[in-house]
Amino acid sequence: MPDHGFSRREFLQWAVAIGAVTEFSEAFLPKVAAAIQAAVKEYPLIWMQASACSGCSVSVINTIHPSIKNVILDQILPGHQLFLDYHSTLMAASGKLSTDAALETARKNKGKYILIVEGAIPTQGSGIYGTLGEEDGRQVTLLEWVRRLAPDALAILTVGTCAAYGGIAAARPNPSGAKGVSEVLRMNNIATPVVNIPGCPCHPDWFIGTVARVLLYGLPKPSEVDGDGRLKIYFAKSIHNRCINRDYMDEGVFSINFGEPGCLLEIGCKGPFTCGDCPVRQWNSGVNWCISANAPCMGCTEPGFPDAHSPLYQRR
Amino acid sequence: MRTRVMVDPLTRIEGHLRVETIVEDGTVVEARCGGTLYRGFEQILEGRNPLDAVQLTQRFCGVCPTAHAVASSQCLDNALGIMPPDNGRIIRNLIQGANYIQSHVLHFYHLAALDFVRGPDFPPFVPRYEADYRLPKATSDEIVKHYVQALHIRVKAHEMSAVFSGKMPHCASVVPGGVTVTPTVDKVTTFIWRLKELREFIDNVYLPDVLTVAEVYRDYGEIGAGCKNLLSYGAFDLNNEPAVTKRKRFFTMACVRNGKLEPLDPAKITEDVKSSWYRSASHLHPSKGETVPDPDKASGYTWLKAPRYAGTVYEVGPMARGMIAHTVGADPVHVKAIDEALTHLRLKPENLYSVLGRHLCRAIETKVLADVMAEWVLQIKLDQPVAQPLPMPDNADGFGLWDASRGALGHWISIGNKKIDRYQAVVPTTWNASPHDDKGQPGPIEQALVGAPVKDPVNPFSVARIVRSFDPCIACAIHLLTPKGKLLNRFRVV
Repeated sequence: MPDHGFSRREFLQWAVAIGAVTEFSEAFLPKVAAAIQAAVKEYPLIWMQASACSGCSVSVINTIHPSIKNVILDQILPGHQLFLDYHSTLMAASGKLSTDAALETARKNKGKYILIVEGAIPTQGSGIYGTLGEEDGRQVTLLEWVRRLAPDALAILTVGTCAAYGGIAAARPNPSGAKGVSEVLRMNNIATPVVNIPGCPCHPDWFIGTVARVLLYGLPKPSEVDGDGRLKIYFAKSIHNRCINRDYMDEGVFSINFGEPGCLLEIGCKGPFTCGDCPVRQWNSGVNWCISANAPCMGCTEPGFPDAHSPLYQRR
Repeated sequence: MRTRVMVDPLTRIEGHLRVETIVEDGTVVEARCGGTLYRGFEQILEGRNPLDAVQLTQRFCGVCPTAHAVASSQCLDNALGIMPPDNGRIIRNLIQGANYIQSHVLHFYHLAALDFVRGPDFPPFVPRYEADYRLPKATSDEIVKHYVQALHIRVKAHEMSAVFSGKMPHCASVVPGGVTVTPTVDKVTTFIWRLKELREFIDNVYLPDVLTVAEVYRDYGEIGAGCKNLLSYGAFDLNNEPAVTKRKRFFTMACVRNGKLEPLDPAKITEDVKSSWYRSASHLHPSKGETVPDPDKASGYTWLKAPRYAGTVYEVGPMARGMIAHTVGADPVHVKAIDEALTHLRLKPENLYSVLGRHLCRAIETKVLADVMAEWVLQIKLDQPVAQPLPMPDNADGFGLWDASRGALGHWISIGNKKIDRYQAVVPTTWNASPHDDKGQPGPIEQALVGAPVKDPVNPFSVARIVRSFDPCIACAIHLLTPKGKLLNRFRVV
């Protein structure tokens, strides 16, 4: 493999020694990959986009450690590999070729695949406000896809506030009857465990951490999850409790107009009503976050987003 | 023999799109495209505080939220009768510019490249259509390596945007009146260094890769021409002129019709709904637009309306901006970059009306924009204000016209009693993926598909290549759905 900077022999020794599958090794060295495969736990993954804006997918691919290459092409954790069998924004296939891949994965891996749902599920009019693919001349609703894929999944992870609680898609008057996944499962008597990863969008670290939790230690115990189905390690404390503007508040300095320094409460900050670790984790590889940009927290990780927080730029 | 070829879902785009074509003797003779998800944003916005539009409309789309943030902010600036100070204008440009780079790099490598380059043999690269992959294996492997590199590059572009926008996607700091963020020397510095890395990638990897692909797919310089009428609102304000049609922009606001440049008059924009599932009146200006769904409408086949300019079909996007730049000639750097690419590929300017033309114009504008952003960031004045205070009138109307990375984006608002009375957005993909209008004229993608070669209905890869060259974004465009499949005798792609 001269174009990759190391010989086949070197690669073999290295790959076998550390049990790693490097970039595209499967394509280049299928036999080695097969040998190593025995030691690697594989998890087929189906990522369904429902009533969504793709923002959570776009956010998740901003992950740094592991890199998105590790997540989608390689091992998300050493010894653990996800196979992205269905993701409509990333996969090569189109049409029935693509949706059949999802069905095939579910059929072959009962109880073993991870189902990711991005976006809320339209339920109005039996779900006709959102469809994906067509069978026998009939368009298949997203609601039907959830009914098909949810029962046999190992676990369902909802990415983003729409999938978790309805979010933007369910904002009043909720024209499509959009609902969060847990509610849809309850309505359909499906008992597959769900872990919510809210946020508009969800933070890549919250996604990776929740996946890692499931792969390394199994499903979270009830004590590790809050009343809204979120992992407490990310969502136990309010934004306000760890806010960088607490000193302004203590000193009574409030921003009244956009762009002024001060506590942002008067221009709509929902930090006191919102759980998340944004103040310490920050966003986009830690370069910034809403309040550091002098912009009020919108409360995007909460079940009440956006309606309970509207008007967004007024004090609640 | 007439065969129906249905691609549903058409993947590797934003959102849920289905494309139906009729193929006769190996050639597409008719095409219809529609989206399959309806969220009803216009209904959701009614009755809310006008400022909420800036946050809510960003959720049309997680790929291009910054464009909605800027368009809705400019819409409110217009309604409130204010203009942002220089810092606000420049920082909006930088936030948007960074996302142009992010969106274009993502589109080429992660959405479109697999149409031309054979990926590795594991998911998500398989299954795939068996297309005519023409690149030698070594070149293919190299571009697949760049696919991985580009994943990191677009992360950097998002970081660059977030330096000023707070977070991406769905930025926090763009607001009516300007931006909220306080510019500091460390923000300027970290922006400059990230931009430097991106420019190196654009110059040394992205542009060369597009040319490499174009070289072996030169016939795609003749495929997918479309309607050949082009429209752009322009983008990236260079001064604070209140009238948007007179404002100086880095990308020029104009139309090209029959190869001739015309000034754009926003009053000539209308939306037809004959083929769309709405029972509201047709041929309305967006400021008077209505959105009353009617899923059972017999003549309907999509939730996208059909925007038209002066009653004519127009394409929007990087190709429109490139052709307008080339025709206006205001920016010699942009013109030269286009001419050099055409010379290199032994193509003529007319060949830009094509699949290749869209990819080329996208890559070229990424370069000229990234280069000029290095100058803009140094125009920030650290001690100057970033926003104007906001007066909120009881009643007002406004509009914001601004090219998103995918093309012309318009927001229109009517405020009554300090609340949103009416909000309408006409987004790039509504123009490009629009259905037949009241006069029966097919939309730009529908026109571009006619004549496409489809030798094997099971592998309609040319259809996918044409549609993806437009970089459709369906979540933006609908605010959409196809509730009932009623078509008969459909040939299914397996």
